[in-house]
Amino acid sequence: MPPDFLAQNLPLLLKGAGMTLRLAFLAFVIGLVLGTFVGLARLSPWRPLALLTTAYVEVLRGTPLMVQLLLIVFGIPQALGLQVDEFRAAVVAFGINSSAYVGEIVRAGIQSLDRGQMEAARSLGMSYAQAMRWVILPQALRRVIPPLVNEGVTLLKETSVVAMIALTDLTRSAQLVASRTYRPFPAYLTAAAIYFAMTFTFSRLAALVERRLRVE
Amino acid sequence: MIRIEGLHKRFGKLHVLKGIDLHVRPGEVVCIIGPSGSGKSTLLRCINRLEEPTEGRIYIAGRPLPPGGRELDQVRAELGMVFQRFHLFPHMTALENVMSGPVIVKGMDRAAARRLALELLAKVGLQDKADAYPAQLSGGQQQRVAIARALAMEPKAMLFDEPTSALDPELVGEVLAVMKDLAREGMTMVVVTHEMGFAREVADRVIFMDGGVIVEEGPPEVIFTSPREERTRAFLSKVLRV
Ligand SMILES: Nc1ncnc2c1ncn2[C@@H]1O[C@H](COP(=O)(O)OP(=O)(O)OP(=O)(O)O)[C@@H](O)[C@H]1O
Ligand SMILES: [Mg+2]
Repeated sequence: MPPDFLAQNLPLLLKGAGMTLRLAFLAFVIGLVLGTFVGLARLSPWRPLALLTTAYVEVLRGTPLMVQLLLIVFGIPQALGLQVDEFRAAVVAFGINSSAYVGEIVRAGIQSLDRGQMEAARSLGMSYAQAMRWVILPQALRRVIPPLVNEGVTLLKETSVVAMIALTDLTRSAQLVASRTYRPFPAYLTAAAIYFAMTFTFSRLAALVERRLRVE
Repeated sequence: MIRIEGLHKRFGKLHVLKGIDLHVRPGEVVCIIGPSGSGKSTLLRCINRLEEPTEGRIYIAGRPLPPGGRELDQVRAELGMVFQRFHLFPHMTALENVMSGPVIVKGMDRAAARRLALELLAKVGLQDKADAYPAQLSGGQQQRVAIARALAMEPKAMLFDEPTSALDPELVGEVLAVMKDLAREGMTMVVVTHEMGFAREVADRVIFMDGGVIVEEGPPEVIFTSPREERTRAFLSKVLRV
């Protein structure tokens, strides 16, 4: 790859990567927080709540992310006559989508624990919430880290569909560079390298955190 | 202390408990014996409502067992339960396990809970294991921590579901010794067990269950030497031979 190509186009690509990172990070935070509640709600002893969240998860997993994105960024605002910032709307769309997957991970993490843990906690007199908070969730946390990292990596890659709604993320920037220079190969190769650098760094960091937690 | 009247439990079509009447007096040690699948665990789990009774009434210290909510939590706090497979909290040390009830349920301050927990660990002979995690303890040690954890709530009665069945034979004695101490101190205990020696020595009353009913009950010297029922005799001759 000629150095002048990089010198001329890297700044634009890195700027795009910045947007990708911000988008993925904010959406992941929303996904984690919302998803934890989704996972807990699916296991709720109160049936209506469990059924409602099951439906929420099924709908989000059973429809294309692209369609969800278009619906939230363009569809809903128009129907309600609202002006929305596209970046923020995209953050919300990815966050909601991710919450369904995080919810399933949290639910599976909790269910993978021995039923006796909940029973032991309850028979000491803990309420359901206390047992969750002090006994179940701390154990589930260790088990959900690897699948959550997966979800984070997937989310970061999937944000590339925002190129379709004209947000200049990394993928969109690569498209711009490709068409401006007529050299798609180095443009997309560089984009791929930057994506990989981001996902790889993230999963390495997470592995470090996980090892820390396991020592205890 | 614990009164059970006309208790039935069905799991779908399976009729597991078919009308149990049982009254455990304060300070009494009741051992429940019987073949596998006869409903012993289910009976014990109905007493603190880990299983929902299908029919019948249960009274703890004269009051009906509440259906749920905070009232049930409070009753459970007064009934210690010890499980076959210990169920210690693996992310807490032995000390933290024992402290967990007083701190989380009663809101006791940590220093006081710590003193109480150390005392109880000493009582079960494990003061030097306070900082060990369950994974670092033998089965017998884990079960003793589990007993200490239950005692930390200062229960009015203790329920044991085959507390030594998951243990290697050489570790059974240390757990039974702790239970004997408790019995001697006057703790009300309901013990599901296959340890006939323990039942004979410690029980005030032995209950033989089969097929979801209490077939026979009486003092251990009667049940073990001259049972009235044929089913009791058949069961005892089987277990006492091995
Ligand atoms: N949660 C459940 N759902 C369905 N069936 C159950 C459940 N728990 C227990 N059973 C059934 O109820 C019957 C009695 O079980 P229980 O565990 O009370 O017997 P047990 O006398 O304790 O036997 P063991 O000596 O093997 O522990 C068994 O047939 C068992 O399969
Ligand atoms: Mg049993």
